[in-house]
Amino acid sequence: MSIFLGWGERARGLFADNKGPWGSAPGDGDGGEPPPEGGGGPWGEPPRRRRHTSGSSNMPSTSLEDFFRRGTARFGGGLPGRPSGSIIFWILVALVGVWLVFTTMHSIGPAERGVVTQLGRYNRTLGPGVNLTLPWPIERLTKVNVSEARSVDLGTDDLMLTGDQNLIDIAYSVSWYIRDPQLYLFELRDPQGTVSQVAESAMRSVIAQVSLNDAMGPKRGDIVAAVQNEMQQILDEYRTGIVINNVAIRKADPPDAVNEAFKKVTAAQQQAQSYINGANTYATQVVQRAQGDATAFDKVYAQYKLAPEVTRRRMYYETMERVLANVDKTVIEAPGVTPYLPLPQIQKSPRQEPSQ
Amino acid sequence: MIDYIRNRPILSAVAGLFLLIVLASSFPIVPETKQALVVRFGEPVRVLNHYQPDHPIGSVGAGLAYRIPFAEQIVWIDKRVLSVGMDSQQVISTDQRRLEVDAFARYRIVDPQLMYIRAATPENLNNVLRINLGSQLRNELGKRPFAALLSPEREGIMDNVRLGLDRVAAQYGAHIVDVRIKHTDLPQGSPLDSAFERMRSARELEAQTILANGQRQARVIQAEADAEAARIYAESYGKDPAFYDFYRAMQSYEVSFVGTRQQPATPTTVVLSPQNDYLKEFTGRSR
Repeated sequence: MSIFLGWGERARGLFADNKGPWGSAPGDGDGGEPPPEGGGGPWGEPPRRRRHTSGSSNMPSTSLEDFFRRGTARFGGGLPGRPSGSIIFWILVALVGVWLVFTTMHSIGPAERGVVTQLGRYNRTLGPGVNLTLPWPIERLTKVNVSEARSVDLGTDDLMLTGDQNLIDIAYSVSWYIRDPQLYLFELRDPQGTVSQVAESAMRSVIAQVSLNDAMGPKRGDIVAAVQNEMQQILDEYRTGIVINNVAIRKADPPDAVNEAFKKVTAAQQQAQSYINGANTYATQVVQRAQGDATAFDKVYAQYKLAPEVTRRRMYYETMERVLANVDKTVIEAPGVTPYLPLPQIQKSPRQEPSQ
Repeated sequence: MIDYIRNRPILSAVAGLFLLIVLASSFPIVPETKQALVVRFGEPVRVLNHYQPDHPIGSVGAGLAYRIPFAEQIVWIDKRVLSVGMDSQQVISTDQRRLEVDAFARYRIVDPQLMYIRAATPENLNNVLRINLGSQLRNELGKRPFAALLSPEREGIMDNVRLGLDRVAAQYGAHIVDVRIKHTDLPQGSPLDSAFERMRSARELEAQTILANGQRQARVIQAEADAEAARIYAESYGKDPAFYDFYRAMQSYEVSFVGTRQQPATPTTVVLSPQNDYLKEFTGRSR
């Protein structure tokens, strides 16, 4: 990164100062330093040194400079030749510098890979970090993010046929990422569109093999796994370099047109459950009652066994006592009287008196 | 030379530029993603970066190439896997049911020379494949019952379509990688409505079945409870039927004449004869 900044500064320096030192404004370049021979170098170097460096490697440039000078002298007429030639030359140098910086050094993020093509042919894939390549157009670098999961939502307002010839309203999303950047770039024209199409195809072929109820409920996990599996297989066949990360069903409902009927089923399930609950309540009551009665009988019977005759008589008298204590009693001595007695009056008269 | 340039800078600049263009066009750069068909005066002569299934990316082919300027033209042809779609079509199955089908195919141009001669452009090839995909699909699906489309058999159907389409594609220098059905839908209108109606009635049946089943289970539970109660009673009372008879009679009298706390018995008049067992001591006779 620091290298980048350095280069940037250098390049900026070139642009900012190119007018100062070689234009005819003395003292503009570096503030205090007096420029000899009408202009100092951009970084305070005397032109002598510039001559020196250019003398060794940039000889053709100086002759080009000469050429431009002559050219401008010929056509430009009044313009001073040498400074304008220099400007063009240094602009060219700056452009070359910028071009070199921006096309040879590449910072590749931790999530990225750099695919390098050399004159169009795939050469190598670079990992994260600062990498060097030959300058463009000899080598080109394409950065591909291999960690980012891309997601596509599918199946909105769409009905699918299930294996039992029903329709299901299903919405799902697929997330995927790039495993092989070079395959991703070079093997398929439209990788993203392919993912969508393959997802749709795979989902429909899987849904076409399960029943509606399975698709809406318990088999969702299996469906998702099958779709992911099938998609991966197809994409590998196409050599897309794509890995399916995840398939998620967002919605699996009956179509709106028949939703009401499906709600009836749910209601029927509730109703049936309440029938069963009622029956269970009854069953508990009946059995508990039987157990209670039986236990009571057993207890009494155990005592009865110890002294059968006495217990029997005691129970008889006690019961009769309670029974007769509560009823109007008429004891008739003589046989044959019974039919003539107005029994209802006998029954009523003692009761009406206290109420009146 | 140098003097000539100095004397005629514009002319030489134009000439230089021209030379550069010629030079650049003589050495075209073939990218990984493209095949280049070199055509000399309308006649295809060679293919640069020809697709070879067994060559990995970056091995041979792409890169710097050459051509004779002016005489040879380059026709660029995609090297990647391409896609051809299809407008959704109505297909009638053998059991006379309509279905709207939408499919796509993936193909690759493996013989650019043949493709150029037979189809001239990739767009033409694409059209040919689209039309054939539709007709192949209709033919193949028309031979099947509706249910076959919703079964694993579907893969086999697609293989047939792929083979059929591949025979056509081979004549144009292309290879079909894969054919897949995207949509299989019921057409709007009566087919869809009747499907909805069938689903609705099926749910109705399911709901009623669930209700009936619930009722049946409730009855079974009640009957089982009754049986269990009977068993418990029999087990207990069966130990001494005579005592049970007496014991139960006592309970019954009490309920009938005294009533329970929640429900007292209605007022009753009892007429007793002194001969009654309960009153036997009234008479003073001893046992």
